[in-house]
Formats: sequence, C-alpha cells, structure tokens
Amino acid sequence: MTIEHIKIPVLLNQLEASITQAMEQRQVIDPIVIGIHTGGVWVAAKIHEWLKVKEPLGLLDISFYRDDFSQIGVNPKVKQSKLPLTVEGRDIILIDDVFYTGRTIRAALNEIFDYGRPRQVILGVLIERNGRQVPIRPDCIGAEINLAVGQRIKLTGPEPLDINFQSVA
Amino acid sequence: MLTNKNLQLNSLGKLQHFLSIEGLQKSLLTEILDTAESFADMSEQQVKKFPLLRGKTIVNLFFENSTRTRATFELAAIRLSADILSMNIATSATSKGESLLDTIRNLEAMQVDMFVVRHSLSGAAHFIAEHAAPHISVINAGDGQHEHPTQAMLDMFTIRRAKKKFSGLRVAIVGDILHSRVARSQIHALNILGAEEVRVIAPKTLLPAQVESLGVTVYHDLTAGLKNIDVIIMLRLQKERMNSALLPSESEYFKCFGLSDDKLKTANKDAIVMHPGPINRGVEISSSVADGPQSVILQQVTNGIAVRMAVMSMAMQSNARGD
Repeated sequence: MTIEHIKIPVLLNQLEASITQAMEQRQVIDPIVIGIHTGGVWVAAKIHEWLKVKEPLGLLDISFYRDDFSQIGVNPKVKQSKLPLTVEGRDIILIDDVFYTGRTIRAALNEIFDYGRPRQVILGVLIERNGRQVPIRPDCIGAEINLAVGQRIKLTGPEPLDINFQSVA
Repeated sequence: MLTNKNLQLNSLGKLQHFLSIEGLQKSLLTEILDTAESFADMSEQQVKKFPLLRGKTIVNLFFENSTRTRATFELAAIRLSADILSMNIATSATSKGESLLDTIRNLEAMQVDMFVVRHSLSGAAHFIAEHAAPHISVINAGDGQHEHPTQAMLDMFTIRRAKKKFSGLRVAIVGDILHSRVARSQIHALNILGAEEVRVIAPKTLLPAQVESLGVTVYHDLTAGLKNIDVIIMLRLQKERMNSALLPSESEYFKCFGLSDDKLKTANKDAIVMHPGPINRGVEISSSVADGPQSVILQQVTNGIAVRMAVMSMAMQSNARGD
C-alpha cells in the first residue's frame, strides 16, 4: 500500500477484522484493551468501543521504559500509566498506532510484565512499516507499508484521526 | 566563589551536577519541577519502579547525619532502578584520617556514576564536582550553611502544587536564617521563579549580615511579617550549629517567633505551612499548626522522592551524553 491510498476507516476495519480472527484462533473471550500513548490510545479507544469491553481502557506511557534514555533523556511530560486492577492471567489486546522498530513494544511488554503475568498478549497496530530492529512483530495490522529510511509516519488525532507523513532528509 | 554556573551545566546547557540554585535559569528550575511532576504521578501507580538508571551506581556520601534526605535519595535511586550505596562516613576511612579527595578517588576506582554529598563545610559538593572524573555527576544534599538545592526544589514543587504559580505569591521564611542552607536555596529559587515577595522573619541574631542583598524584605516581628502571606516556611533552630548565646531561651523564642494558631491567623486564610524537618514541636511551631489543615509538611516529604528522581535522572542523562 502507498501513502496516498491510506484511509483511516479502511485501516480500522482491517485491524478490527484481523483482531476478530486472532481472538477466535487464540480463544480469547474476555480481553482487556491497552493503548500506548499517544496515538495508540486513540486507536485502542475505537477497538475498546467496538469490542464492547466492560473494563476501562488501559493506558500505557512507556517513556520511563525506553532504551534510548541516554540519547534522548527523560521527557518531562510523561503521562501516568493506567492498567486494569490485575493483568495476571488475562488476555491482553495491546494497541499502537505505528509499528516501526519494535522497541516501543519491547518497552510496553516490560512494563505490562512488571504488573503481572498475562495469559497472552495480542499486538494490533494500525500501520506496520518496515525497519524492524528487534524480533517482535504485530499479530494484527490495518495495513503494511514500505517507507524509505528518513521517511516518518505519524498518527494525528484524536478527532479526526489522520496520517501525517514527513520526509526527513 | 562557591557557585560556578558552568560547572553545573554541560556544553548543551543541561544539568550535569546539582550544586546550588544560585546561578541557574528559570527554565531549568521549571524543567526540574515538570519532570518531578511526571514522577509524582507515577508514585500513585501500583508499580513505582522504572528501569531508567538500570546499571548505574550511586553513592550516598553523607558526612553529616540525615534521615529524611538520605532516605528519600535512596528511595529515589531505587525507584529509578539504580544501585545505591550509602556510606556512613562517621564509621569509615575519613574518621581514620583519609582525606576527602582520597575517599573520592577510591570510590571512583569502584566505577560509580554519581555522588550525593552532604557535608558540614560550605562548598564541599562543589569541590568534589570539580575534582571528580568527568563522567561522574555530583548532587549537593546540603553543604554547611551554603545551599541545599534539592530541598528547595521539593519546597518549590510543593508550593506550585498548592498555589499553581509563583507570580503574585508572598512567601515568608521564619526562624534561623543564619544557619539555614535551606533558606538560602529557597530564597534564590523563589526569586528566580518569580515570587512577588520573599520575607525573612527572625531575630537579629539569627539573620546573616546584609541578608537584604539576597532579595528579601526583613521583619523582626512575626505578626507584622505574616500579613498577606500565602506561604509560610518555618525553619528549625539549628542548635548544633550555634556556638554562642544567640537566644535567651527556647520558650521565649516560641513566644516571639513560634508559629501558633493565633499567629497563623494573621496570614492569608488559604496560606500553607511548610517545614523542611525535623520539626521541634513547641520551639518553632506548635503541634496544632504542624498537624493542622494548613500544614503540607508531610507532602513535602512525599514530594522529595519525585524531585530527587527528577534531578538524578536529568543529571545522569547529561553525563550519559558524554558532555
């Protein structure tokens, strides 16, 4: 898929279909949904509403779990993570907006596992782009796109959700 | 000169050492407060520990006694996943005659990353920062009668949480200003952050000479000094630092400068009462005020952890960049 063809509602539908399939295959009945700040929370809110999950949406700010602290330092405006009362033994649907290197997801999994041992985690992202640096991949995606090095893609929102595309020289 | 603003900052203008408030910019103090705000939010979470400083070694080098400061520095380091070693200097090599510099060299040889220093001599932390290896950060946890910058920042944090902003605020610092490094740091911080007025209220014997030059107005009468005040900071009488008769008696001191319910009424209705601790009940503050609804003394202790986490992570970030 190319950038020009990206339509948010189409991506959301694709992601939802993909999550439904994964939930069936992995026998998920009573999941909790967790979104990663900031874009992931916007997408997770849609998934949370669509799945009619009773428990409140979980929020994760992984800033304090990043592995590039020594390069970029501590962000002074980190938001509080709000995870459900217990993640022990639960099925988690973890949502982010864009999957790129995989490092954010590594950090998110570390934070979740600090709270307990979930039964399983399913990772859903709106867009998977090339550039993976660690052996982690999403289970469910809205679309997959190939970008050149230096090209950046970012979700803007929350209303309306849109894609911001930048080319950094 | 004890303060050298270049020594505290790296080439990018980021905090490398935290030695004194004097000479720092408002933007940097605000960055410390904002970062601390994030850590304070985190302390309400189930899991309060983050891997930010994993693999780093911090040494608490306390040449003077401390309970609160040392404990909150330790907790801050632990919550940032750093390894922390608290040295009890009274029972260590220094008491056997080792020089400060030799102690530092030996600890450096153990490949540590940060020193948190408390010392009875003004300028001790500055001296260590000057002589320590370039990759080591030094944080001043109180040096003589000079400064106690993390205490001042946790006080600023507590004030900002209660009053939202510094502009328009009238703050009174009451008591033993002469011996108080906390007061000195607070006065600098309040002036840098833009408080409307900083008053010091004390008997003449407990004020340093030319205290006005720090940017304060001086009162010798508590009732007059508390009028229109939004924030009252009470200081402990530092009897251990007094080597001459500066006061007639503790009971007379309380009568004139102790904060009682009656005296508190002269300040603004929504004034908050602070104290860096340890408090001497019945000497500088009555129990009913210390435990009363306007007291934020225990909040100061809680906030100390978040502020120290902020300063430690900011300093460690600057030295990780190798500047």
